[in-house]
Formats: sequence, structure tokens, C-alpha cells
Amino acid sequence: MPFEQILQYIFSGITNGSIYAIVAIGFNIIYNTTGIINFAQGEFLMLGGMTAISLSAFMPLPVAILASVVITSFVGALIDFIFIRRLKKPTVLNMVIITIGLSILIRDIALHVWDEKVRSLPYFTGSEVTSINILGAYISPQVLWVLGVSGIIVALLGVFFRVTVTGRSMRACASNMTAARLCGINTRNMVTISFMLSAAIGALAGCVVSPITQTQYDCGTSLAIKGFTVAILGGLGNSTGAVIGGIVIGLLEAFSISIMPLAYKDAIAIAVLLLILFVRPSGLFGKKEAAGLKEF
Amino acid sequence: MSLKKLLTLIVCMAVMAIAVSCKKQNKETVKIGAIFAVTGGASFLGAPEAKTVQMLQDEINAAGGIDGKNIEVIIKDSAGKPENAISFAKQLIDENKVFAIIGPSTSGESMKIKSICDDAKVILVSCAAAESIVNPISKYVFKTPQKDSDAAQMILNLMKKKGITKIGVVSSNDGFGAEGKKQLEKLAPGAGVQILISEVYDKKATDLTGVLTKIKAKNVQAVVNWSIVPAQSIIAKNMKQLNMNVPLFQSHGFGNIKYVKEAGEAAEGIIFPCGRLLIVDELADSHPQKQVLAKYKKDYEGKYAEDASTFGGHAYDALMILVEAMKRGGSDKEKTRDALENLKGFAGTGGVFNYSPADHTGLDINGFELLTVRGGKFVKYEDK
Amino acid sequence: MNAKKYIPVAVLVGCIVLFQVASSLIGREFYLTQLTMAAYYSLVILGLTVLMGYTGQISLGHAAFFAIGGYTSAVLTTLDLTGAAGNPVVKAVTAAGLAAASKDAYGAETLVLSPWVALVAAVVITAIVAFLIGIPILKLKGHYLAMATLGFGIIVYRIVLGASLFGEADGISDLPPFPIPGGLAVCGDPARRVENFYIAAVLVVAGVVLLINLVDSRVGRALRSIHGSEEAANAMGVDIARYKLLVFVLSAVFACVAGVFLTHFNGGIGPSEAETMKSVSYVAIVAVGGMANLWGALVMGVVLNYLSLRGYFGSYDEFVFGSILIGIMMFAPEGLLRMESLRGLAGLPARIKSMFGAKNEE
Repeated sequence: MPFEQILQYIFSGITNGSIYAIVAIGFNIIYNTTGIINFAQGEFLMLGGMTAISLSAFMPLPVAILASVVITSFVGALIDFIFIRRLKKPTVLNMVIITIGLSILIRDIALHVWDEKVRSLPYFTGSEVTSINILGAYISPQVLWVLGVSGIIVALLGVFFRVTVTGRSMRACASNMTAARLCGINTRNMVTISFMLSAAIGALAGCVVSPITQTQYDCGTSLAIKGFTVAILGGLGNSTGAVIGGIVIGLLEAFSISIMPLAYKDAIAIAVLLLILFVRPSGLFGKKEAAGLKEF
Repeated sequence: MSLKKLLTLIVCMAVMAIAVSCKKQNKETVKIGAIFAVTGGASFLGAPEAKTVQMLQDEINAAGGIDGKNIEVIIKDSAGKPENAISFAKQLIDENKVFAIIGPSTSGESMKIKSICDDAKVILVSCAAAESIVNPISKYVFKTPQKDSDAAQMILNLMKKKGITKIGVVSSNDGFGAEGKKQLEKLAPGAGVQILISEVYDKKATDLTGVLTKIKAKNVQAVVNWSIVPAQSIIAKNMKQLNMNVPLFQSHGFGNIKYVKEAGEAAEGIIFPCGRLLIVDELADSHPQKQVLAKYKKDYEGKYAEDASTFGGHAYDALMILVEAMKRGGSDKEKTRDALENLKGFAGTGGVFNYSPADHTGLDINGFELLTVRGGKFVKYEDK
Repeated sequence: MNAKKYIPVAVLVGCIVLFQVASSLIGREFYLTQLTMAAYYSLVILGLTVLMGYTGQISLGHAAFFAIGGYTSAVLTTLDLTGAAGNPVVKAVTAAGLAAASKDAYGAETLVLSPWVALVAAVVITAIVAFLIGIPILKLKGHYLAMATLGFGIIVYRIVLGASLFGEADGISDLPPFPIPGGLAVCGDPARRVENFYIAAVLVVAGVVLLINLVDSRVGRALRSIHGSEEAANAMGVDIARYKLLVFVLSAVFACVAGVFLTHFNGGIGPSEAETMKSVSYVAIVAVGGMANLWGALVMGVVLNYLSLRGYFGSYDEFVFGSILIGIMMFAPEGLLRMESLRGLAGLPARIKSMFGAKNEE
């Protein structure tokens, strides 16, 4: 395979991989404070993209994106208030079913609020036909946006969890909920914040990828499954693992195309995940009992 | 669970079932069933189809109906699932006693209910494109979208003229894509065109750079994309991103201005065969389809505030052809079927329909026009 | 042997007959079409109930087993063997009466396998797949188990959607009827509606009887102990891995048999039968039925599938399932069909009120 082609696959893999990683980090944030896997995480991307597209008709693009991030994080908070806070001692099974239900509801509401049509945000820089040549591989400027924004999100989260009081409190919740509560941390509010944070990150990612992948009411589900795959691969709760897992899955998919029909792309990533789970049931980087986000 | 509870539940269930099913019967109406994928993965087909049929029903009834009888179209949302389409087809036939069925939107569903309609002697006018729906011919099954082989032939003719001999083909993994791919493979040698690589993608595909990289490495002179799904705009965008400057040909599935808008500048110069709905303004007033197309476009866009697409047009043709046949055949199903089979010169949105016992598609290559995209609009393609 | 546990079965049989007679008497036999389809889906749900309710193992990939059954039968009964008629294996199969001549859509003579061969093949394949995948999957817990079963479902979905053998997005159409001794046949012919209803009903009743006995046996007690606490069960000498695997394979076979018969009843199958959403809706119905409640699952399975198949929910079909999932999990996690939950639902307005009141106090 010529070098340019390999490089092209690498770019394609890293782009998709970083999107998966962002979704997986969204999963992890909520998982760490609540122990819940939020299957509606993909819907945050869809909501973010859709809201920004609708708003961009009335306001400049950066404002529309900002507004959509705020609105989506509000939706995240609302989900916590209405559904999650009410539950007393939910089992994993209950939570899986509730968040799947939520994902279906959001998707269906989006179908009736917007419609079945595909939409997309304009390219942030350049246009559909702009192409940048890097060592013989060609990428769209939007790809750089995706990579840049993903990098910034990961970096900012790292700072947030290490430096700020809220971030530290959330880490405390992750490692031991009861101990955190005894230390005077309002664990319930931490859960709300984790939902808002995760929704906001999702919405931002949804906006950045919209020009490339297009946004439709049901585009969140497949992303959620990919994000879940990545989160499990990297070890639940481990955000470094999520980033590495995302890129591994992205690259795996990209290179699988060169030898297999595209139709089996999703199946390959998941087959690899299953194999890993059978050998190491806690994922690549997960602690035996899926530890919290101790080292972000 | 106790006996009493079980009994109570079953009684509740029975009451519910009967309550649901008993709708008021009106003797003055002719019932027509419609099965469309209004939601789900094929909603980009089903939603405009359902809207079109709804609009036509009101129009026809406002104009006095057919022979004084109103029509009532019962629209069922199959979500693109064959098992739902099967259930609804049986329900419409056995229970609603419909005169005929239009739809389904996808070829997979159409294939499943084809024999159900044929056995029940109920006319089915499918809005799905795959040729296998009417080949082999079933007595009661018709379809309105154009033939894939004609579309493929048109593209190949142009390639021959332009001296393109090596192409790459990408298609969606549904019946539409599979049929197009089959026709291209069959007809390409006749036009001296060689297919160097053929790839299939899923309807939910969001990134096709991988596949296109593979195609690019083969040094093709043109790419043909055969699908009906939103990924058509992604193909165009990804090609530009990869700096592939060979011409992109699309199928008649590209006939939706929405896809052009999504692809933006990347859509410029795409060539595809399509019905004339999209270039109605360019048609001469004397063209037989001019009036029909202009009216449909105006009505649809006026009522729903969205662009008319050829998909909605397929449903328009299906219902209007059926109505025309009913006017000739009266309330007799057999006579209507015969009238439909012998319908000639009917101007619809997809072309001028000429059905015959040997042809249940009704359209030939003249239903197509080669179109291209210029300045974000569909225009007639002219060879320079 | 306790005869008392068969009283509900007798009631079920009574209801089945009553339904058929009543629908025929009022000239609305067409209800039976969707009822038959719903009955087959209930078979999947019954199997899943035992897996989820009694062993506490979630499966977000049960539609895959349904699809394996349906597609295996569809492929085998539409595969034309005429070209391979000289092959000794094909000859032997034909000689044994397991293949029959039929006509394809173009009117040409074809030689296809008997659906009975397909049924056996489907069950064997499903059992082997469930066994092989079950060994590693059932070692996982919680979210990892959910992901693994979901992943398995997606892989099967991708394969049926991607392989031309399975007709890609169009699926497989024009299946032959499934002949049953005594002149019966599983097929979509309206004239055979009543007999098909009874065939489905017999399968459901047989499934219920089998599962009731399973739950009531030594195995059932072991299963319940697994649900209670795996560690405790293990310490008491219960071979949990074996029991979990047994139930997993059994529930997969239930789904497979349902898939084979419904596919013949429908005359075809499409990839939507393998979709994740389908698996989710099975889980939803088990949850609504009350997890470890065979009767609840059966009633809810029939009612919800019946309404859905009649298009009662229109374009809000998925919305309804989503709402049910959330509603049940929030207000009646023990299922709808228990008296406590019904009472709980009656007190719902008060509960909601107190909830929001409580929220303000925080």
C-alpha cells in the first residue's frame, strides 16, 4: 500500500476515533459520578447539532454553537432532575433500560420537532471543496477542527478535574460516594453537573462533526454504540483509556475498509471488542472492578 | 399471577382490540391503502410520499372525487420494516377491504407484500425502484419509479461519448443500490466501460473517505454512486476533500434538492439521470409533463413549505395512475386492473407512462433527462 | 406433581379458543393475523423472561437469535439445489424426501430443502452459536454483559445486512409454506388463518408449560439462587456457569423457533428483525411484564406486539416503547402486572406531587 494511502487511512481513523473518544468521555463522566451508563449520550450530539443548525439561521455560527451547547447541557440537567434523582437504589439493569428509553424518547421528539431530513452546519473554515494536502494525504479543514476541538476538550477536562474544586469534588464522588458525602460534598449536585458537562461536551462534538457527517434525528444511536464500545474497550471510567480506545477503534475501522467490504466495518470493531472482553473482562485499561477516574 | 387477574387482563385486551378496530364505515368512499416508511431509516422516501398522498386525497375529494365517490387513503407507517409492511398489507386487504394499495417505499418491503397482493387480487402500485418488483411480472403489481437499466444506460452512453473507460462504482446495500450495481455491471461492457472497483456502503454511512481512498488508488476516470440515501452528499464532499477531481455520476436517487444543499459546493458538476420534476422551469410549455409537474411542485411546496422531491413524485404517480384507471374501470377491481395495464400516454411526474401486459413499469428511457448541478440548482446537462 | 400450576395454562388454552371462536362469529377473523404474529414474538419474550427474570442476565441481542432462526430457514428453503442434483449428498437428501420440487417466481422448476430440515438446522445452529458465545459472555457482568450482548446483536445485524446470501437490505422473500402433518401449513394464506393461529398458540402453550416446569424444578431453584446472589449460590455448590449457559441456550432456541415459524408465516424476512431496537423492545416487554413473571411477559408480549403490528401507535411506535420503558422502571420496577404496582400506579399523582414537593425542600 503506498504511503499516501496509509496516511489517508490514518487520518480517517483518527478523525472518527476522536469523535468516538469524545462520546466515550461523555459516558465516563456520568459513569464516574453515578455508576450509570447513559445510553442517551449519542442523542446529546444529535441535539447539539440540530439545535445549532436551527439557531444558525438567526445568529452567527459561533453564537449558535455556544447557545446550543448551553441548551443541551440544560437538557442534561433536566434529565437528571426528572429521571435520575427520583431513583432509589437502581440496579444496573434498571438504569440501562431507563437510559435506552430516554434515548428513544429524545430521538422521537427530535423527529417530530424537526423532521426526517438531513441537515448540516456550514464548514467552519473553507467550504465543501477545500482540501489540505499533508504529505500526500488530503483532508478537509473541518477534520482539523474536529481534532483540535477534541484535543482541547480532553485537555480542559484534565485541568478541570485536577485544579477546580468542583472537578476535585467530582473525582471524590467517583472514588467513594459515601466518603465524599461525609466530607460535605453535595453529591446530588455533582451528578447534575456531570450530566450537564457530559451533555455540553456531546453538543460541542455534535456541532463540530455536523459539516462532515451531517445531522439527522437518528444519528445519535450509532454514535452511542460506538462510544460505549470505546468506553468499554478503554475500561469504564478511564478517560485516558477512552482516548486510546477511540483511536484504536477508529484506526481499526479505517484499515478494515482496505481489506473488507465497508458493510462489515461496524462488525469488525465490535468483534475485536468482544474478543478483548473475553480475555480481559475489564477492558484494556480498566481496573479489575472498573475503577473511577482517578488519573485523568 | 392469579386467575382472576389474568382473566381481567384478557377481557381488557379484547375490548381494546375491538375498540381500536371499529372505525366508522362510510359507504360513499373508496378506500385505498398506502404503506410508507414515514419514520425510520427510509423516512426520506416515506415522509414526502405520505405528505403527497395526503395532499392529493384532499384535492381529489375537493374536486368531487371519482365518479362522485370520495377516496379515503389509509396511510400506514411501516418504518421501513418488512414485517410491519406484511402485517399492514394483510390488515388493509382483509380488514379495511381496500380497493388497492400504493407503496411501500422500499424494495425490500415491496418484495414481501408482492405475493400477498397478487394472491388477494388487490392492485399494488409500488413506489420502490428495484426492477425485481415487476420482473417477473405479477398480474396485480405495478411500479412507478423509472427503470434502473435505463438510468444506467444513460450514464454509460454519456461516458462513451466522453471517452471514459475506467470507472469505480459505489452503491448502497439496499435493493436500489444492488439493482443499480447489477445493471451497471451488465451494461458497462456494451459501452466499452470497465468497472475497476465496486464498493457497497450502508445507508447510515457517515464517512466514506476510506472507500474513496481505495477507489482513488485505482486511478479511475469517473465514479458512479448508486443509492438513494443521504450519504450521497457525503460521497460528493469526501471526494472533494480527497482532492479527487474525476467526474461524479449519481443515480436518479439524487433527485432531491436537499442533497445538493447538504453537499454545497461539492455538488457542483454532479451528473445524474432524473425525471423532469426538478427542471420543470426549463421545460417548454408544450411538453406533455409541464402542466402536471408545475402544478405538483406548486401545490406541494405551497402546502408543506419544503422542496418537492422525485420521491414524493413517485407517490403522486402511483395515486394518480390508480385514480385514472379507476375512472376507466369503475368500482370493479378487475376492470381497473385491466385499465391500468393498458394505460397509455399518461403524463406523470416521472415521465409519460405507457403500461402494457409485458411492462408494469410504464416508463422508458425517455422518462429520463440528464441533469447536473450548477450554482446550487438542478439544470439540464448539456454536453460541451 | 402439582396440578394447580396448570390451571392458568388451562385458562390460557380457554382464552385462545374463545378468541378464535369469538372472532370467527363476529366475522372479524382477520384479527388472528396479527395475533398470530404477536404470539410468535411472545415466544421470544418468554425465553428472554427466564433468562432475565430468573437468572438476572440481561440480553440486548436476542433479536439476533430470532434472525439466525428466520434467516437460516429462509436461506435453506429458497436455495435452489437443481444445479447440484447430481451431488451425492443432494441425491441422498432428495431420496430421503427432505427436498421437494417447487417453482420459482419465474416459473422454473427448482429443488428446495424441506422446511423441516431448515428448522432442525436453524435450531442446531442457534444452539451452537448460543453455546459458544454464551461461555465467555456470561462470565461478564453489569454493563460489560450489556455491551457484549448488544455487540453480538450488532454483529449478526451487520452480517445479514451486508451479505448478499441474506439479501442485504432487502432480505429474503417468497418462502415456501411450512408443511405440518395432517394437511396443515404455516403460511400467510388467508384461508389458513385459523389453523395458523392454532399452530402459533400450540407453540406458545408448549413453551409456557416447558418453562413453568423448568422454573419449578431443581434447575429453577438454582436459577433463583443465582439471581439472589451468585456468590452465595456458588458457595452452596450450585454450578452457576452451567445453569446460566443452559438458560441462555434455551432462550436462544425459543427465539430461533419463533424466527423460523414467523418467517414462514410472513413469507419472508428482512434485516429489521435483527435490529438493536428489536432486541430493546423485547427487553422492554419483559420489564413491563415484571421480569420474573412468565404470565406478565406473555400478556404484555401479545398485547403490545398486537397493537404495534396493527399500526395503532402510528409514527409514535418507538416513542410508546420508550415511554413504557421509562415509566415502568421509574414507577413500577417490579412490572405492571403485579397488584402492588397497580396500587402504586393508582397513587401515582400523589407520588409525583410529593416528588416535586421533595425536590423543593432540597
